[in-house]
Amino acid sequence: MSIAIVDYGAGNLTSVNKAFDCLGHEAFITADAETVHRADRIVVPGVGHFTATASIDSTGLRAAIESAIQRGTPVLGICLGMQWMFASSAEASGLKGLGIFSGECEHFPSTVKSPHVGWNQLCCTQISKLFAKLEPGPFVYFTHSYRAPIDEYTVARCEYGGEFSAAVERDNVFGVQFHPEKSGTAGIKLLEAFCNLSC
Amino acid sequence: MLTKRIIACLDVDGGRVVKGVKFLNLRDAGDPAELALAHSEAGADEIVLLDISATAEKRKTLLETVRRTARQLFIPFTVGGGIRSLEDASSVFDAGADKVSLNSAAVANPELITQIAERFGSQAAIVAIDAKKMNAPGSYQVFVAGGRTATGRDACDWAREAEARGAGEILLTSMDRDGTGAGFDCELTRMISTSVRIPVIASGGAGSAAHFADVFRDGHADAALAASILHYGITKLGDLKQELAAAGIPMRWPC
Repeated sequence: MSIAIVDYGAGNLTSVNKAFDCLGHEAFITADAETVHRADRIVVPGVGHFTATASIDSTGLRAAIESAIQRGTPVLGICLGMQWMFASSAEASGLKGLGIFSGECEHFPSTVKSPHVGWNQLCCTQISKLFAKLEPGPFVYFTHSYRAPIDEYTVARCEYGGEFSAAVERDNVFGVQFHPEKSGTAGIKLLEAFCNLSC
Repeated sequence: MLTKRIIACLDVDGGRVVKGVKFLNLRDAGDPAELALAHSEAGADEIVLLDISATAEKRKTLLETVRRTARQLFIPFTVGGGIRSLEDASSVFDAGADKVSLNSAAVANPELITQIAERFGSQAAIVAIDAKKMNAPGSYQVFVAGGRTATGRDACDWAREAEARGAGEILLTSMDRDGTGAGFDCELTRMISTSVRIPVIASGGAGSAAHFADVFRDGHADAALAASILHYGITKLGDLKQELAAAGIPMRWPC
């Protein structure tokens, strides 16, 4: 099984790659739209500013990912990659996200320190393919300043200055705000579930 | 609820973990990759590896040590010591680090913080501050070069500047408490923590669970670092986290 880790210039992708390696899967980092389109699994990682997602549009990667989703390829967005799956983000209001999930990502309120950095506990609210084999209420590692709203497809919520979407799931499209590759055993189990999906 | 982090710190010299008292009298404490994994399995929330090698020859082994340590580690991993340029940082990230910690180089060239934050994100840029108490009340000065050189800079001012330049976290070490086991400097930690909006990691002086509880409550620390207290098995991480959780400090436990 081939796993494409989409490189659109948003941060360091070594850790994500290493996690799939550890699970015994052949993952590769690529910026090539055709390679992404052909992959059995697509991971859209990324940290940093929402403007970085502009290069997904300019390089033809958006069309490749959209077409792969249509075909049923499982796609996982991590952190900024998950936020990009929403309609938009207040961090770069001129840019359009993928729009698979509705609403706009917003900054944390000034009542809490930002960024939200560290381990926080999830509240799993719906049946989920990715969380099926995890203990309920796992602790996972976050690092972000913007957060995604609760959507009808939200499967796990988290609380920090109010509730936000920690994980979303719609058919073959998955998004997690936290970093499964940095979340110890819980995170590795989640990535394993993504690799083993039958959709 | 966001938990308070317990971070295991490995001071590395020429590929081996060492630990001293007040930055001096180093002794061997083991293999970095083995210790990092052991700490992770015992419940550490994060690993920091600080290269304290003085010579260029010993520094060459750093990237290999980082690679070996990162291989089996699936919790956040920070590397610091001797990172002077964007290229140095890039090679450490390529070897598997998630964050870099900048100390002397950031003081000499604050623009480096911005360069790393712009290329890798603020979450990947930690500024480490070694601070020493001065005679005037509430006054702390920044030291560099492993605590050997005074900069004349006020710790609070420097922390604010680091934040403004793009630092994602501050790793704050009390030079007066380092390796003493006498407790964290809560006054220093509180001063910095209330001056910036980014997380502050308290370091220097961990000796008991009560010290951690103090620095989280009175010092307003978001995370606390421990080295000697963990390596020699004085305090088991699980026991420490359990005790803190029982005292009402939010912990990732059981994990």
